[in-house]
Amino acid sequence: MLNPRLPDGTRLEISLTVNGAARTIHAYPMTRLLDVLREELNLTGTKEGCGEGECGSCSILMDGFLVNSCLIPALQANGTSIVTIEGLANDNRLHPLQKAFLECGAAQCGICTPGMILAALHLLDKIPQPSLDEIREGLSGNLCRCTGYFQIFEAVAKLSRNGVAD
Amino acid sequence: MRANPTEYELVAPGTLQEALALHASEPGSWLPIAGGTDLMVLYAAGRLQSRKLISIAALRELRNIEVASAEVRVGAGCTYTDLRQHPVITKEFPLLARAAAWTGGIANQNRGTLGGNIANASPAGDSLPVLLAYDADLILVSASGERRIPYRTFHTGYKKTLLAPDELIHSICMPRNLSGYKCYARKVGARNAQAISKVFLAAMVRISNATIKDIRLAAGSVGPVPIRLAGTERALAGQPINDSLLELAGKVMAEEIQPIDDIRSTAGYRTVVLRNLLGEFLQSLPGARFAS
Ligand SMILES: Cc1cc2nc3c(=O)[nH]c(=O)nc-3n(C[C@H](O)[C@H](O)[C@H](O)COP(=O)(O)OP(=O)(O)OC[C@H]3O[C@@H](n4cnc5c(N)ncnc54)[C@H](O)[C@@H]3O)c2cc1C
Ligand code: FES
Ligand code: FES
Repeated sequence: MLNPRLPDGTRLEISLTVNGAARTIHAYPMTRLLDVLREELNLTGTKEGCGEGECGSCSILMDGFLVNSCLIPALQANGTSIVTIEGLANDNRLHPLQKAFLECGAAQCGICTPGMILAALHLLDKIPQPSLDEIREGLSGNLCRCTGYFQIFEAVAKLSRNGVAD
Repeated sequence: MRANPTEYELVAPGTLQEALALHASEPGSWLPIAGGTDLMVLYAAGRLQSRKLISIAALRELRNIEVASAEVRVGAGCTYTDLRQHPVITKEFPLLARAAAWTGGIANQNRGTLGGNIANASPAGDSLPVLLAYDADLILVSASGERRIPYRTFHTGYKKTLLAPDELIHSICMPRNLSGYKCYARKVGARNAQAISKVFLAAMVRISNATIKDIRLAAGSVGPVPIRLAGTERALAGQPINDSLLELAGKVMAEEIQPIDDIRSTAGYRTVVLRNLLGEFLQSLPGARFAS
């Protein structure tokens, strides 16, 4: 059992893999994973919108599953493997999804974009050739106040037409 | 006001036994947290009263879907994604797979659990009317053993349940052999994903010789707890399918629900919509020709 009788207010050692690299941090067990990423690991690509699971701007992949990091206590991320938006570009070469978003005008203010791209990545991983309805469903937990969504759907559709390989 | 993490304890036992032992050592003082999709929302709002939490999200013992000959046992820790991906659930319990698909977006379905929906005991929990319609049983577990109860007895009042302070929900058992039933579920909310239900109806019926042999109706958000519409079921059982069915059903139904006005809807709207859903279901039965 991990620290069964931890006195209040003690930080724990938490080990996780973030974008392929093993990291160990110290955090309170109930610190939100979102805050661990942004404040302990300086990965500020993951955004906070609502802070209550509704908007998806904090979406990341945890062990391959799309999750909202604002609803995850740090302790529940111990031993997991995380992918954030910072993990997508390779040596300054954008990931095909990032390129598609750029080409289709799918990002305006950009707050929703990291979460949206991770939701799209998760979708294409499960369904490589999604229908428009499947794209809508896959992204339904990610809200965008700027684009009106069509450019985003188009970016995802474009990628599925072209295949994910660059 | 946002919660302060330094004020909370959270532990993650490695096994179910360890979790139950801790639960038993101070009954009622440790609150289980599974996917956190209800609790972390309360926490974010600074409204999570309990300061000691015990994470059960990683307990493998609660994550199985066991297919036995007479029933399917779903571990309380199974996520909505687990349910949607399981071939026996999608084939034999399509209403549960559908309710899972309606429970928030994909990120929510990857974390939220069936046990959490039951224990959270919201009258608007989307899987709850479905489990009522499937005549599910719950297996509750504590350090001193297991007990099995019919799910329809579990909710005893608004947010009150039969769960003892040292217990966890272990699994949900649903009887199989439903091939003769026609089934229906519909959620009415502001939006398909991400919206809490205003009204939910789950229904199943077995018909022979144009007569209703068995009918099960379960509704959410029309009272303090999700309910089986037992009076309406009794009124409809044995009836031939004809154009007076809906009138009969609507009348009895209106007497047995206790909808309220709240931020999402009104009692009047809920009653009308539930009647319309009932109408949509009855209308879909073979031989039905009445206007709803
Ligand atoms: C954006 C969003 C959208 C949502 N949409 C819907 C929706 O459309 N329909 C709907 O019904 N719900 C919805 N929910 C609510 C929530 O996702 C579900 O109720 C979910 O099933 C809760 O499961 P959990 O594992 O996350 O529970 P947690 O938050 O971990 O726990 C909830 C409660 O259950 C208790 N608990 C959990 N597991 C057990 C167990 N095995 N034994 C005993 N007690 C236990 C906890 O102590 C707590 O009291 C939504 C939530 C969010 C954030
Ligand atoms: S910030 Fe996490 S879902 Fe909105
Ligand atoms: S680009 Fe501004 S919220 Fe989506």
